[in-house]
Amino acid sequence: MIEYEGTMTKNVLKYLIVGNSAGGIGAVEGIRTIDKQGTIGIISDEPYQTYSRPLISHYLAEPCPIEKLWYRPADFYKKNGITTFLGKKVKKIDCRHHSVLLNTGEKILWGKLLLATGGSPIIPKIKGVPQQGVFTFTTLDDAIAIDQYLNKLPQDNISAVVVGGGLIGVSVTEALAKRGVCVSIVEMRERILNTILDEHASAIAAKALQQAGVDIITGSTVNEVKNVRDNTLSAVLGSNREILCNLVVLAIGVIPRVELATDAGIKVNRGIVVNKNMVSSSPDIYACGDTSEAYDFIYDECRLTPIWPNAYIGGKVAGLNMAGSSAEYPGGTALNSLPYFGLDITSAGIINPGNSSFEIIENLSNNNYRKIILKDGLIKGMIFTGIVDRSGIIYHLMKDRVNTESFKKELIADDFGMASLPEEVWRSRLKIQAPETNTNKCTASAGEIR
Amino acid sequence: MKKIYVNEEICIGCNLCEVFCRLAHAQSDDLIKELKSKTAPVARVSIEVRKPVSFSVRCQHCEEAPCVSACLTGALKKDETTGAITHNEEKCIGCWTCMMVCPIGAIKQDKLRRKAVKCDLCEGRDIPLCVANCPNEALIFAEESDDIKQNIDDNSICYDPA
Ligand SMILES: Cc1cc2nc3c(=O)[nH]c(=O)nc-3n(C[C@H](O)[C@H](O)[C@H](O)COP(=O)(O)OP(=O)(O)OC[C@H]3O[C@@H](n4cnc5c(N)ncnc54)[C@H](O)[C@@H]3O)c2cc1C
Repeated sequence: MIEYEGTMTKNVLKYLIVGNSAGGIGAVEGIRTIDKQGTIGIISDEPYQTYSRPLISHYLAEPCPIEKLWYRPADFYKKNGITTFLGKKVKKIDCRHHSVLLNTGEKILWGKLLLATGGSPIIPKIKGVPQQGVFTFTTLDDAIAIDQYLNKLPQDNISAVVVGGGLIGVSVTEALAKRGVCVSIVEMRERILNTILDEHASAIAAKALQQAGVDIITGSTVNEVKNVRDNTLSAVLGSNREILCNLVVLAIGVIPRVELATDAGIKVNRGIVVNKNMVSSSPDIYACGDTSEAYDFIYDECRLTPIWPNAYIGGKVAGLNMAGSSAEYPGGTALNSLPYFGLDITSAGIINPGNSSFEIIENLSNNNYRKIILKDGLIKGMIFTGIVDRSGIIYHLMKDRVNTESFKKELIADDFGMASLPEEVWRSRLKIQAPETNTNKCTASAGEIR
Repeated sequence: MKKIYVNEEICIGCNLCEVFCRLAHAQSDDLIKELKSKTAPVARVSIEVRKPVSFSVRCQHCEEAPCVSACLTGALKKDETTGAITHNEEKCIGCWTCMMVCPIGAIKQDKLRRKAVKCDLCEGRDIPLCVANCPNEALIFAEESDDIKQNIDDNSICYDPA
């Protein structure tokens, strides 16, 4: 039995977390709500204190002191008594001896381990990759590298090819466009953002990008990147069309970083398999975030839902359980908000239902597009554009599995709001008691009022 | 902590809470000038009407606030001492992720400044302006009593991992 409390060595820790991002920080905050003392260590191969990954496009658009990207204040680690191992990589997990080995040769013993290792960018097998001028875009270092590369180029007529028209592709495109770079997006499918938006919303997004001068090439892919001359590349498309550019950014997606788990014999499907307590197949090892397959309440099964809020919540639940509580992951689903190119689009759940058993209701009457995807009265998916501040009301109807059959038309109305919901629903959400249950007429305040 | 509660039975949907919310978050205290200005502040409270029902909705400062868990940048936080959900607008990037998870739609889009905005309980004032100016006294600024807490627990809608 290892003694974790009161040990002076930093290499014996009660809680050890691999990954210093949304999931890892959620776990710290979960652990510390219960256990104020137990030693915590965080390891990350990124050298920075925790930063907001989605902000790397903001950094690239307008480089700023990196402190502006910090997800938590600088004193977070000190305040929470965390030993950090930054810029170090875990090479191997030993489940039986409760230890991990770092690339520096250090060995760390742990009581409970969390894998919040996120994902790594998919690098397609393309001739001429890797080479100078070809980048991925998932880390702050990627954003810094692109910035430095751009700074070395003559400042006019810079052009870029972004491979992949998903969320990450669009985010790097916006950043580059804001810097005056002329961008072509090459998307394999028929339309950009095809997994998170339907055709109509995709078209709205495409129009916004084109208005900002972005060239969108769909139904195509890059087969080769040639070096033409210094800092000039040629992206060769499937159609043999060539696009001359200064840089290529590969943004075709991320895959869960599961190698450590796989090597340790932990059950891995597409991601690390976890139960509702975020425990993996190895009892003292937890997983969360982009690397894990956690419960998706829309599909009623465990799936990858690689978004920031789910990583944080999964991490928090893992942390609570690591510290001895019995918390359950409430379930998440794909949930996206597109803040790029001045767009206001939110979407969640099943956006492009594959079969006709779904019912679709939509409101296209003005600039604010609203669409709800239903099955037997239950909301399975939603898209809002323009005015999106009521999206959460719908999202929670979806999450709480409220049957909306009797008021579904209201969901897409221009003036949809809390009062559109059945009385018992808005009452319970607003914590307003029904009048008949009140003795003192003061519905909401029940109790003394000062 | 003290929160704002609405007595919907006597709310007539007059919208004055919205008006005073805008004033509370304006540069000056010239009501007319502020409301007419092109850069008029966005109200952080909204009146929801389905006649004859009407009530005003604002941030409830949830115990386990989904917006805090969802915030990509760390702009939304729970104040450790007061329990209020605070929003650091400087850190906000206007990604609207918080709006996707707020069960009551209480966070608003300030599109002009591209910031999310929400009720801050009129920090610095004894009584929030909307409460002070509600002509029907339909708004109540009160300590969360045990009864209310019980009611909140019974209807727990906020994400509660415990
Ligand atoms: C450009 C971009 C924009 C995005 N925009 C949004 C958005 O708008 N909204 C949204 O919800 N989500 C967005 N996402 C997705 C979001 O960033 C992820 O869902 C989230 O970061 C997942 O958090 P995580 O903690 O699971 O993993 P990650 O954030 O991926 O962090 C994992 C960390 O673990 C480290 N690590 C992995 N293996 C090891 C090892 N063996 N040893 C040491 N360290 C290791 C990694 O280096 C990394 O630092 C975006 C992502 C990108 C790249």
